[in-house]
Amino acid sequence: MRRITAGAALMMIAATTAPIGAHATDITGAGATFPFPIYAKWADAYRAKTGIGMNYQSIGSGGGIAQIKAKTIDFGASDMPLKPDELQSAGLVQFPAIVGGVVPIMNLGVVAPGALKLTGPVLADIYLGKIKRWNDKAIASINSGVALPDEPIAVVRRSDGSGTTFIWTDYLSKVSPEWKSKVGASTAVAWPEGVGGKGNEGVAAYVQRIKGAIGYVEYAYAKRNRMTYALVQNRDGQYPRPDASTFQAAAANADWKSAPGFYQILTDQPGRNAWPISGASFILMHKTQEKPQNAVEVLEFFDWAFHDGPRMAEDLDYVPLPDNLIALIEASWKSQIRNADGKAIWQSARD
Amino acid sequence: MLLTARRQDALFAQVARAFAALVLLLLAAIVIALGFAAWPALLKFGPGFFVSDVWNPVTKDFGALAPIYGTIATSTIALLIGVPVSFGIALYLTEMCPTALKRPLGTAVELLAAIPSIIYGMWGLFVFAPFFADHVEPFLTATFGNLWLIGPLFEGAPTGLGVLTAGIILAVMVIPFVAAVMRDVFEIVPSVLKESAYAVGCTTWEVVRNIVLPYTRIGVVGGIMLGLGRALGETMAVTFVIGNAYRIRASLLEPGNSIASALANEFNEAADPVHRGALVALGLVLFVLTMLVLAASRLLIARLARREGATT
Repeated sequence: MRRITAGAALMMIAATTAPIGAHATDITGAGATFPFPIYAKWADAYRAKTGIGMNYQSIGSGGGIAQIKAKTIDFGASDMPLKPDELQSAGLVQFPAIVGGVVPIMNLGVVAPGALKLTGPVLADIYLGKIKRWNDKAIASINSGVALPDEPIAVVRRSDGSGTTFIWTDYLSKVSPEWKSKVGASTAVAWPEGVGGKGNEGVAAYVQRIKGAIGYVEYAYAKRNRMTYALVQNRDGQYPRPDASTFQAAAANADWKSAPGFYQILTDQPGRNAWPISGASFILMHKTQEKPQNAVEVLEFFDWAFHDGPRMAEDLDYVPLPDNLIALIEASWKSQIRNADGKAIWQSARD
Repeated sequence: MLLTARRQDALFAQVARAFAALVLLLLAAIVIALGFAAWPALLKFGPGFFVSDVWNPVTKDFGALAPIYGTIATSTIALLIGVPVSFGIALYLTEMCPTALKRPLGTAVELLAAIPSIIYGMWGLFVFAPFFADHVEPFLTATFGNLWLIGPLFEGAPTGLGVLTAGIILAVMVIPFVAAVMRDVFEIVPSVLKESAYAVGCTTWEVVRNIVLPYTRIGVVGGIMLGLGRALGETMAVTFVIGNAYRIRASLLEPGNSIASALANEFNEAADPVHRGALVALGLVLFVLTMLVLAASRLLIARLARREGATT
């Protein structure tokens, strides 16, 4: 505990002193760990181009939300969007910055990657502990032609609070009323079943080791480690392959226009090609800016990242936002973020 | 001249006292800070927090019993295995080891103590847990699983993850600490005492039992407590292998959770004040637990010292 307090104190010191010591126009953000690699890459490229540094600290979504509320940073980042009323009471605006997907992985020696098909309710029943064996009727009936082993299913999930878990449990809540009432959705939940691994690598290690295991990891992680993944049926009854195009389809088909504060979770979205377990990572900023100069820098940074950064995102197996969403986000900057006098501070150079 | 010397002395004393006071100040500050941050949770759940085994971040219902149980169970296993082994190592090094081997062996023990705990965690996850799952757990279940009373301790699927694995990894981690302390205290036993005992025909065991142990009791207890302290607070290595499930199961092969690993897992993403409060309250529990262990060891040492006084 003492070590943890010391670590937290150090992080706080780092987060609070950075803006003072850094160059006046440098911007600081903190929060979610999932988007950290791409934010760091964007920050490097942006500094090389403009000379303006962006200092991002991946202290976790919880820390990011706390820090932006305390106004010690210019923007916070969270994998789980804040609800509109929560945004309202804290005086914050939020917008998505990057999209990712979660895929179920398993350890079934004989089954090839993408050969096994699952549906949302089946996944929920597995994670509820109701489907216990791989050759259960519920799995066999949607997998004719696949030789399912007569093995018990070992459930593996994340032990640490994470955006990945939020996306996963949110999806299970949407497709299974029983999951919704018994477990619910959050970055950490009371799991009815299974063992917990720390981080994507912990889950992957457990799944690779335990025979008959099923787990879930961030898409980029599954792809780079060539893990055996399953296909999941989407709302249109299709089984799309998990990759950048199907995640982006989920983001493009989502009804962002009627979602106040961009409170839109990309799970179980309509569309033939939409991967059902997608999600976005969000940025939080104050509505009324005491330091409008910094806020403009933050918005310019993300404007640049949205238009010039997609290639870098794809290199790291992240999914850039679809164009229709970027237009909506930039419109919201204009209408919502203001200086102390109530004037809009954002004016796109592209208009 | 004399005056300056005296003034210097006084100044030195003041500075030293200030540093000593800093320790108490820090301790008080930690307790206050923990209590303050834990308040939302303690207020909401009251004393029930310590006896409830529910941990549900969605409904914001938290209880500390499962992590407390896991912490105590893993530490107990660690000591049950670690203390006898450390004792053997220390005895061999001081009483039986050929002089040529003494230094390299002693250094090796100290090197083990210097390995960062994350390395033990990685080793536990990638090397030890698979071995344990494939070879040891099936054997344990087959051998003890049907026995009366201890049978339920060894039931369950052999995944290699769970309370027993965590306890064994912890044992490996505390052994170098406990062994090093024990060796150091065994070495201070005056050789004249030992030689006299050998001279009257004592065996090595009798010398250890009747001369070395009584002479070094306090140091031995201190070494064990040092090991217990490490086992209670160990975070990363336990997180990797304990399975991280908020459950209390009879079987040692089932996943569980410890206070330190619960904190390491959830602190980052705990945005809700009650969730955060519950985690900090867990930290407070660990703090109190460690203090109790320290107090108990002080008491034990004082008791032993008094008995010593009575017999001599």
